[in-house]
Amino acid sequence: MTKKVPIQITLNGEERAEFVDSGATLLRALRDKFGDTSPKGGCHQGTCGACSVMIDGELHLSCLTLAEVCEGRAIETTAGLAKDGVLHPLQQAFLEGFAAQCGFCTPGMIMAAKALLDHTPSPTRDEVVEALSGNICRCTGYEPVIKAVLSAARANSQKVA
Amino acid sequence: MPLSLRTVDTIPEARAVLATGQARYLGGGTLAVRAANEGDLSFDTLVRVADPSLGTVNVTGGRARLGASVTMSAILRHPELGDIAPAARAIGGPAVRTVATVGGNLFAPTPYGDFVVALLALGAVVETDGGTMALDEFLLLRGRFDGIVAAVEFALPATGTFRFAKVSRVKPKGLSVLSIAAVIETDADGTVTAARIALGCMADRPVRAEKAEAALMGAKLTPDGVAAAVVAVSHGIRPATDPIASKWYRREVLPVHFRRLLLG
Ligand SMILES: Cc1cc2nc3c(=O)[nH]c(=O)nc-3n(C[C@H](O)[C@H](O)[C@H](O)COP(=O)(O)OP(=O)(O)OC[C@H]3O[C@@H](n4cnc5c(N)ncnc54)[C@H](O)[C@@H]3O)c2cc1C
Ligand code: FES
Ligand code: FES
Repeated sequence: MTKKVPIQITLNGEERAEFVDSGATLLRALRDKFGDTSPKGGCHQGTCGACSVMIDGELHLSCLTLAEVCEGRAIETTAGLAKDGVLHPLQQAFLEGFAAQCGFCTPGMIMAAKALLDHTPSPTRDEVVEALSGNICRCTGYEPVIKAVLSAARANSQKVA
Repeated sequence: MPLSLRTVDTIPEARAVLATGQARYLGGGTLAVRAANEGDLSFDTLVRVADPSLGTVNVTGGRARLGASVTMSAILRHPELGDIAPAARAIGGPAVRTVATVGGNLFAPTPYGDFVVALLALGAVVETDGGTMALDEFLLLRGRFDGIVAAVEFALPATGTFRFAKVSRVKPKGLSVLSIAAVIETDADGTVTAARIALGCMADRPVRAEKAEAALMGAKLTPDGVAAAVVAVSHGIRPATDPIASKWYRREVLPVHFRRLLLG
């Protein structure tokens, strides 16, 4: 039987603890143990970005991160973005801009975009392209995704102004 | 197969875990955890060292020392490493760079290892738990290396002397068709006084282009001046064939990109 190890994390602001299989990836732990299926397993090789999450405010691939390494750390996923039924500006922009078709890449795209906007609230198009460069989308052709991120950034700056 | 993670405080403790034969050192894990996900049965334990000094960058007296756990993102954030930032930025997408370490890049097989191409041109030395050696020497024996790398160290290049190019087919991110790094010093009238050139994807690991270095000495960085070096750069190369490019293609385009790097 695989050894179980206890891990305690802050998941989208909430203190959570579970026993996970020793050596399990964060992706497996989030989906199978913590019940957060927003990060998707596309390739398990670091190539597609669908499993992207934030750990302590930085973008990580949950498929290449061992759950045990996340002990005591703060994890953010797309599941925690909407507040009181109101979508996050990025989610709203993706919805309005038809930036999600099958939607499989979307949670990873949104986390990669959030990682950018958290540090660079008014990015250039090139900065958006670079920020999304680790995320593969087989449906949209990327253009609507890039536009959605730029429009979420504009919406944010108007709110601040 | 179940995998276990061991976290230890020091390199000697990690070395003891590695000595069991079934363990692998864990840097950022972009290659090691991927191997586990792909069912690599050659290890059942990953061991990491919690010592924070492995993750520090020190720049003093014109030399930089990067701990083995320093990530590509940390290099990009460091105000004194701006000249070599293009080589760190060339690696993966942002999420890969968050964790990809200098130490791991030293072991990354072709078509990976873009940062090591830069380190080779910079004349880096590698500090291991068994002593310090030139990166050139380390790369020759890395297949047999069973120790742990603690840091790399190099002289920061004089402003404007470091050049780097990574060629990939997928923009802006993609694995290397090839990468080239060069540190080229010139005197007041533009004559080359020193050149170190390193190539990625031209063998199973980064290699020096010594014939091209020699051909550049005393030359000017003009179309005529670089012509001999552009011919010499292909000397002794054994490019890889992989899903990114064939060895034929790599061999054909190397002189083209090398010439652009010299004249650019
Ligand atoms: C999607 C994707 C894109 C990538 N793109 C690029 C790219 O463009 N260019 C590129 O160069 N690489 C690329 N890589 C490969 C990899 O991310 C980098 O080479 C990275 O620097 C490896 O570092 P790591 O810390 O993740 O290594 P790890 O996976 O932790 O380790 C790799 C190997 O090195 C050994 N090792 C690590 N550190 C030490 C040490 N201090 N002492 C002894 N042994 C050690 C490990 O045991 C393991 O065998 C990519 C990877 C992915 C998944
Ligand atoms: S599942 Fe993690 S990058 Fe594809
Ligand atoms: S919307 Fe289908 S993969 Fe991106």
